[in-house]
Amino acid sequence: MSLYEQLRHFADSYALVAIFVIFLGLCAWPFRPGARTHNHNAAHSIFKDQDDGE
Amino acid sequence: MQAEAALFRAGLWFAVLILAIAAAAVAKDAAYAAHAGIIAGVALLLLTMSAGRFDPLGKAQGFFRMPEEPSRYDDDPVRWGVIATMFWGMVGLLAGVFIALQLAYPALNFEPYLTFGRARPLHTSAVIFAFGGNALIATSFYVVQRTCRTQLAFPALARFVFWGYQLFIVLAASGYLLGVTQSREYAEPEWYVDIWLTIVWVAYAAVFIGTIVRRHEPHIYVANWFYLAFILTIAMLHIVNNLAVPVSFLGSRSYSAFAGVQDALTQWWYGHNAVGFFLTAGFLAMMYYFVPKQAERPVYSYRLSIIHFWSLIFLYIWAGPHHLHYTALPDWAQTLGMVFSVVLWMPSWGGMINGLMTLNGAWDKVRTDPIIRMMVVALAFYGMATFEGPMLSIKAVNSLSHYTDWTIGHVHAGALGWNGLITFAAVYYLVPRLWKRDRMYSLRMINWHFWLATIGIVFYAASMWVAGITQGLMWREYGPDGYLVNSFVDTVAALHPMYLMRAFGGILYLIGAGVMTYNVWMTLAGRLRSEAPMSDATYDPAADRPILATAIREPQA
Repeated sequence: MSLYEQLRHFADSYALVAIFVIFLGLCAWPFRPGARTHNHNAAHSIFKDQDDGE
Repeated sequence: MQAEAALFRAGLWFAVLILAIAAAAVAKDAAYAAHAGIIAGVALLLLTMSAGRFDPLGKAQGFFRMPEEPSRYDDDPVRWGVIATMFWGMVGLLAGVFIALQLAYPALNFEPYLTFGRARPLHTSAVIFAFGGNALIATSFYVVQRTCRTQLAFPALARFVFWGYQLFIVLAASGYLLGVTQSREYAEPEWYVDIWLTIVWVAYAAVFIGTIVRRHEPHIYVANWFYLAFILTIAMLHIVNNLAVPVSFLGSRSYSAFAGVQDALTQWWYGHNAVGFFLTAGFLAMMYYFVPKQAERPVYSYRLSIIHFWSLIFLYIWAGPHHLHYTALPDWAQTLGMVFSVVLWMPSWGGMINGLMTLNGAWDKVRTDPIIRMMVVALAFYGMATFEGPMLSIKAVNSLSHYTDWTIGHVHAGALGWNGLITFAAVYYLVPRLWKRDRMYSLRMINWHFWLATIGIVFYAASMWVAGITQGLMWREYGPDGYLVNSFVDTVAALHPMYLMRAFGGILYLIGAGVMTYNVWMTLAGRLRSEAPMSDATYDPAADRPILATAIREPQA
């Protein structure tokens, strides 16, 4: 088997599953328990200093 | 500056000057010699500056009325970036109108320097990399400092990034007119200009990441995620796509490291991700900071912003093959590109919805605040372009639209509508804050700019839809004898009225940017136009009186 074919098989199997699982994990991350306040604070963090123009 | 340091610097620039002159003298071609001449000119300028210990920026700071008192944030590179954005925006739009007129009136092709083939990359690079790039660098430096509540990490390096990027633009633009190109769309500059951009870009990444590392805010705000994705991905794309072997180290010619269809796929992997990470991720970063700030409301859903971020990152990188439908690229790769492009529709609309819904409960601002109006229409065009894109990537649709002006219309709906308007809105937000003015010189002129730009885009996009579909249908039309009905030149003649309408739309858009330039200029000069406010509560003096006693009794009588 050539290097290309080996890489191609790896990309089509384990790498594909791994990337998909990582993607789902990252998307689920903001929905973890207790994340609500964190998201709220992060969204409001740009308004902490209304003197931002300085 | 210490005398020894000044002497050392002058010596360094002198060495660069001599090297550049030597390179110009032994260059293999005239264009390379011209570029070496530009480098020599810059070195000479820096030499005289260091030798005289002359503070050149001091005078320019006065001309552009930079505030003198020290800022809490390091804003000078941001101010320079805003001015450069305005300048290159005008250059790029003017070049665009010029090439639009060239297509309608071929007599405007002035050989050899101002033919369509040379002026067109000048236009695309000027608007994408010079206008858009300066806007991204300036806003990223502004936003990363505010959201991290800290100053820029490496101030000297940040200034190098700004000036180095301008040198890259000058080398690229002059190269196109001199005929230097490696014929890769949006990556036309030759190998030595690519190396210079790589150095500048690594410095940019260092400044941005360094600033995030020394942040005082625990959370990295989502706008910075988008900026970071933009910086890192562009570095990767730029390096891989520009792998090439120069013919000579003293010549401007090089050959790609890839061949055939691999070369084509590398190019469009780069090309589509330049759209995805330069024109989308970077500008979404601007959206995620400036829309909430201008609306004075937090982003609609922080969760949605994270999902939409990761979806864009994971999906965009696969969409490039849709540029190579029905070519020598393997069929499975074309289908892969098509499927990922269609899937991309959802995260794109996630971003649009998140931006638009930020105005939930404050929709009246669309009526009263011309900057918000600009942002809303920018997001609407983003949504429209990211629906049209997946649709055009479907093979059946692409067989009609590919190589026609429909593609050009699609690109400009995104570029003029989304990138242009969100940048203008960000500049209108930034200028009064950076120059410490109460407001822009004129809010009504922002409104004028908004309508000129919007109507210009409508003319542009509508005429190109009609032109593209006309072209596609004429190209594929067979007669009963089995021969094509139309020759290519028949389609060119049929499109002439559409080309005129397109040029008209471009002129409107250019006039709008001219109004903006005047508005920014007067704001820098410290002037405030006395004008009626955009909206006010109604007042009718005739009705402002008590009801007379007789008037009340009368109906009873």
